[in-house]
Amino acid sequence: MQVEMTQSFAHTASCCHSFIGSFLWLIPALPIVASGVIALLKQPKRKTSAALAIGSLGISLILSLIAFAHVLGDWTRGMSTREIAGITWLQVGASNVDLGWVLDPLSAVMLVMVTFVGLLIFIYSVGYMSHDQNFTRFFCFLSLFAGAMLGVVISNSLLLLFMCWELVGLTSYLLIGFWYHKPSAAAAAKKAFLTTRVGDIFFLLGMVWLFAETNTLLFYNSGAGSIEPLALTAMLGQHAVFGLSFATVIGLLIFAGAAGKSGQFPLHVWLPDAMEGPTPVSALIHAATMVAAGVYLIARVYPLMAAGLPVGAVGLGSTPALITVTWVGAFTAVFAALIAVGQNDIKRILAYSTVSQLGYMMAGLGMGGVAVGMFHLITHAFFKALLFMGAGSVIHGCHEEQDIRKMGGLKSDMPLTFITYAAGMMALCGVPIFFSGFWSKDGILDAAQHWSVNKAPFYMLVFGALLTAFYMTRQVAYVFFGHNRGERHAHESPSVMTMPLAILAFFAVLLGFIGTPAWPWFHAFLEGRTATLNMEHLFEPLMLTSALVVFVGLGLGWSLYGNKAVKAEDPDVLEKSVPLFWAWARDRFYMDELYGVTVIAFYTWWARVADWLDRRVWGGLVALVAWAFRLWAQVNRFLDTNVVDGTFDKGCEELYTGGGVLSRVQNGRVSAYLRILALAVVVLAAILIWSSRA
Amino acid sequence: MTPLAGFLLVAALIFSIGLAGALTRRNAILVLIGIELMLNAANLNLIAFWRYGPHPEALTGMMFAIFSIAVAAAEAAVGLGLVIQVHRHAHSTDLDAMNRMKG
Repeated sequence: MQVEMTQSFAHTASCCHSFIGSFLWLIPALPIVASGVIALLKQPKRKTSAALAIGSLGISLILSLIAFAHVLGDWTRGMSTREIAGITWLQVGASNVDLGWVLDPLSAVMLVMVTFVGLLIFIYSVGYMSHDQNFTRFFCFLSLFAGAMLGVVISNSLLLLFMCWELVGLTSYLLIGFWYHKPSAAAAAKKAFLTTRVGDIFFLLGMVWLFAETNTLLFYNSGAGSIEPLALTAMLGQHAVFGLSFATVIGLLIFAGAAGKSGQFPLHVWLPDAMEGPTPVSALIHAATMVAAGVYLIARVYPLMAAGLPVGAVGLGSTPALITVTWVGAFTAVFAALIAVGQNDIKRILAYSTVSQLGYMMAGLGMGGVAVGMFHLITHAFFKALLFMGAGSVIHGCHEEQDIRKMGGLKSDMPLTFITYAAGMMALCGVPIFFSGFWSKDGILDAAQHWSVNKAPFYMLVFGALLTAFYMTRQVAYVFFGHNRGERHAHESPSVMTMPLAILAFFAVLLGFIGTPAWPWFHAFLEGRTATLNMEHLFEPLMLTSALVVFVGLGLGWSLYGNKAVKAEDPDVLEKSVPLFWAWARDRFYMDELYGVTVIAFYTWWARVADWLDRRVWGGLVALVAWAFRLWAQVNRFLDTNVVDGTFDKGCEELYTGGGVLSRVQNGRVSAYLRILALAVVVLAAILIWSSRA
Repeated sequence: MTPLAGFLLVAALIFSIGLAGALTRRNAILVLIGIELMLNAANLNLIAFWRYGPHPEALTGMMFAIFSIAVAAAEAAVGLGLVIQVHRHAHSTDLDAMNRMKG
């Protein structure tokens, strides 16, 4: 959007002025401590653990709001906050490894979003997981996740961010596999962990390279940080391969990590499978917060990605790193939306929708800058959490049924869920004016329209918007309209579940108004400018296009699926009309199968080779050595039994026999003793006589 | 044959009788009597060697003999006491029955 280019604020000095700046670490620390306490509880205490988790996150939310208010206060006074604090973790020779946290508009906004959405989902979980016997464990993991995610948000050090990033990955693994007795859940957890690990390897490489180049991993450090102009200029001067600067290559490596976490093509395969976890987990981790961590990471290292561009020059060309981000994002947005059309599992549709929307965010970052991408991240977090929790409510109400073909007519059975779900659905589709998704998506489309490099992403994203409206209409028509195709009667969820839905629905609608083109408050806040109300930009020609696209999508979806008396076993409308496309979309464009015959087949082969080497070559060597030792042991044993023991045993035997012979003399008969005595005297006398003779 | 040789011959005879008695008899009292005979044969020898030795005026042999008789009396007292105890214990004075202390 064509925003007024007002003067950016001068940054405040990078030191800790405020109380909240110095104690920002408390925000992630509290949930982590709560998680530890829950883990150490003697017996699983449901109420205590839930209270601990919710209480600690509640305090974190209050602290986040204080931090946000502090940043907001600075902003209204015309200052852009950037307060850093930290500790030296390691000292290796001359270089330090520092860990630190930063309070700036970006982290403040993210903190409030994560704690707020997280808190609502925690409360919702109390209802959703009430029948689960591992309730305590669930809250332990959830709390640990929240702490780790908040750690990612406040990090001022790439290393601290990476640590929390991996913790987030771990808790994601634990929570996807929460029902580990289901083989599919265990497999999904493994898949998620391994797939994100592929991206993380590149992330780690980028991090090590960045440290080698700049000798620090702090983002901001009063001019000496790794993404501040001094370091960036140095890195731009050096070229790796294909004329790419070090900054670009490091940026791309970090983006690979972000793509893994945020489910960007081709590492998106784990995210839909991650829906095997409990629904609150899907809502919190795999829709609202964790998958947004990748987008947040790119926003955090944005100066690195955009190194070489003049500051604030949106639409004036781009860097190779940002162009890559844009293309990957735009492709993912369309690709995942196409798959979402062909899914029948209520959570899988939302999962592919999440992948698609994350693509939008990435494309927004690539083309429009931090504010555009982050705005969609924030609005998406609210309405997607709402949609997932609504889906959870539906699943709960339909007795653990997830197939949308076996639902239907829930509009009257679950009115509160229906209303809130509809609000989320319209926000996701981008229904004009009244829903947040419209404004944030419009920002991205606007950036794409003015992108000077290529116009293709714009058309891709518009097509993606059409598909989004279409598949969401299909889902809502299947779930809430028509007649009930399930075997059992559905019931509305308890208020502990519907209340968070209502609150989220409220925000899903309202949040859009902080980032409209007429009053781009959010963008101004993040970028450190003053927000001006400019009614000229209230309506732009682009809005007509996007509104039209949305309504075409909605209309198309309704005409195909709305109020049709379908049976659960009936083939899909699309399956009848375009069977080839349907098959590809239903089978997720055979991506899993492709990986199965390439990467996994290669690893299986490699594992066989390694196994063969292990058994035949290394195992043979080990067996040879073992055999030699056994031979030596046999020789030793022979010597021992026959020489050493033999001598000793023989001696003992002789002594025993001798003792036996002598003991016969001691027969206890006095007369015998006397005889011996007499004999001895005779012998003695004979000896005496004989010797005196000689 | 000198008178000394006669005495020694008689003493050797008595000793042999005592030894034979001590070795062949199974009754404890008879064995004790045999031992007494042997002791007295030794006493007879002592007296004979003294009487026919180079210093018959010193009463050395007599002293030995009296000592020996005193020891023999003590021995007989102890021996008879033991025999009485054995008899009370085993109701017999048969030495072959007294074999409980063999090695």
